[in-house]
Amino acid sequence: MFEDILITIATAATPLLIAAVGEVVVERSGVLNLGVEGMMVMGAVTGFGVALTTGSPWLGVVAAIIVGMLFSLLFGFLTLTLVTNQVATGLALTLLGLGLSGMLGEGFVGLPGIKMSYLHIPYLTDVPYIGRLFFGQDPLFYVSILLTAGVAWFLFRSRAGLTLRSIGDNHTSAHALGIKVIGIRYLAVMFGGACAGLAGAYLSLIYTPQWIENMTAGRGWIALALVVFASWRPWRVLAGAYLFGAVSIGQLHAQALGVGVPSQLLSSLPYLATVVVLVLISRNRRLTMVNTPASLGRPFVPDR
Amino acid sequence: MKKTILSFAAAAAVMSFGTMAAQAATKACFIYVGPIGDFGWSYQHHQGLEEMKKALGDQVETAYLESVPEGADAERAIERFARSGCNIVFTTSFGYMDPTNKVAGKFPDVKFEHATGYKREHPNVATYNSRFYEGRYVQGVIAAKLSKAGVAGYIASFPIPEVVMGINAFVLGAQSVNPDFKVKVVWANTWFDPGKEADAAKALIDQGVDIITQHTDSTAPMQVATERGIKAFGQASDMIKFGEKTQLTSIVDDWGPYYIERVKAVIDGSWKQQDVWGGMKEGHVVMAPFTNMPDDVKALAEETTAKIKSGSFNPFTGPIAKQDGSEWLKAGEVAEDGVLLGMNFYVKGVDDKLPQ
Repeated sequence: MFEDILITIATAATPLLIAAVGEVVVERSGVLNLGVEGMMVMGAVTGFGVALTTGSPWLGVVAAIIVGMLFSLLFGFLTLTLVTNQVATGLALTLLGLGLSGMLGEGFVGLPGIKMSYLHIPYLTDVPYIGRLFFGQDPLFYVSILLTAGVAWFLFRSRAGLTLRSIGDNHTSAHALGIKVIGIRYLAVMFGGACAGLAGAYLSLIYTPQWIENMTAGRGWIALALVVFASWRPWRVLAGAYLFGAVSIGQLHAQALGVGVPSQLLSSLPYLATVVVLVLISRNRRLTMVNTPASLGRPFVPDR
Repeated sequence: MKKTILSFAAAAAVMSFGTMAAQAATKACFIYVGPIGDFGWSYQHHQGLEEMKKALGDQVETAYLESVPEGADAERAIERFARSGCNIVFTTSFGYMDPTNKVAGKFPDVKFEHATGYKREHPNVATYNSRFYEGRYVQGVIAAKLSKAGVAGYIASFPIPEVVMGINAFVLGAQSVNPDFKVKVVWANTWFDPGKEADAAKALIDQGVDIITQHTDSTAPMQVATERGIKAFGQASDMIKFGEKTQLTSIVDDWGPYYIERVKAVIDGSWKQQDVWGGMKEGHVVMAPFTNMPDDVKALAEETTAKIKSGSFNPFTGPIAKQDGSEWLKAGEVAEDGVLLGMNFYVKGVDDKLPQ
């Protein structure tokens, strides 16, 4: 039973983690894309639809990633090339995604989907108590952990990551040094879109294998909040996502046990706990300032 | 955060506005709390709209707004409909009660119909509801017959009378078979969040329940039950496709006949304020086929349904004790509708503390 609970927590945390890690890269490059929810829901409908028509959940995942990327490309074109307001454009992207996915997905409502099969390694998965937790989860769970590690390495251990962060901190200086600010930001935005699409596919192919309109139910916004509270650091995002997942699942168990605490309070616990803990770990103001991309959300028009 | 999410959702809803045209036909407008693709509550209301449209043809024009959050956004949405020439506005969620009455005061010529509420502050507000608790009682009977653990899990939305009534009816039905039957309640505090509903189902199953029932709107709990190999009841629509070997039955909301009747009344000018609370007898509450159960259980379920349908039996018939053991109804006494509609207490046997 304990293992089941841990797996449930991982399932709740994974989509948040994937979307938030993608957004970390976007925001580290100095771009604020509030359209995560929209890209995510587009990924969900695409993943479901492609998996259903082709019979392959993996094709669904790939399609969701591509659609997430295309959707973010639209955002990139508007904010980076046409220099529109990033906040407004991000919100518009969310609205567009929610509406468009509802329209595209109309025919999928009420159809049971295909669930991506869980990993199964003979012997290892059958180890009691921990086998399924470490070796028997859905494939995207492992992808999400690798993704976090990869992004952490990229941002803080690689030269390309340093370049990306320098753009996020001061795009004018980076430009003066001859770095292609807009080009790199495009790549970052597309990476964020791909992650959001993948997170959406996780919802419609693993979490709840079906298409229901609006099924992201605000998870894109939670991912966005996690990024800020985790002060733009990938491993902290992971900690935040799992904490959020753990408290969400924990409060449901507390209710089922009948602990007698008002359910409204219990329901708000995940939000409270995540905020409190992440505020505590980032209470060093100077470190937080160092981590905040200084050019975040500021438009950049290169002077020729 | 939550607030922001809601207002964005509202903005999104406003963007997905239905069509508007000339004034000749009577215009019926609908406001839904979830997306019409939820395959649950809002979906069924929309099915009712479609049925009404089909029946009345050119005489009627329709518009709808989906995913309208309860509260201030709802008021704006309702007012917008009232201004845009709707002759009758159906507001289909409990939380639209105060906004509906508020807007109705400003637009005396527009008719308003509020589902599941009890306030009719102006002559142009009618209320309608279905006696879903009748179906929940039948589900309770089935659950107690089939559960080996003697415990069922109940995924609830918000602690409003409608939901509390359902939990109580379920428990009473179960106790009519097994007096020691227990129900574990988990409040999701949302009508619609597939992920959260799935998590709630998993939590309940991990704690040993072997039957799940829900008062939230998505098909996610049914899928989880299927995965874990236990049985479950559907909600609002027939969810058998999501659990061919899982669904025992489902309470199906059939709003079509009511919508046809009321819109017709607007067309011929006979519309009057009323409070309708139809049940199995009126055909508002329909049980999906009883599946995945042995014949004797099925027979008992059918017999219980028939008794309720004929009016010879009311699920809230005494003796019934409240959760703390004090007497609520004496032997043979039947609960009054007014008490049911304001129900804020559990009956004995619910393993939960009611959030107030």
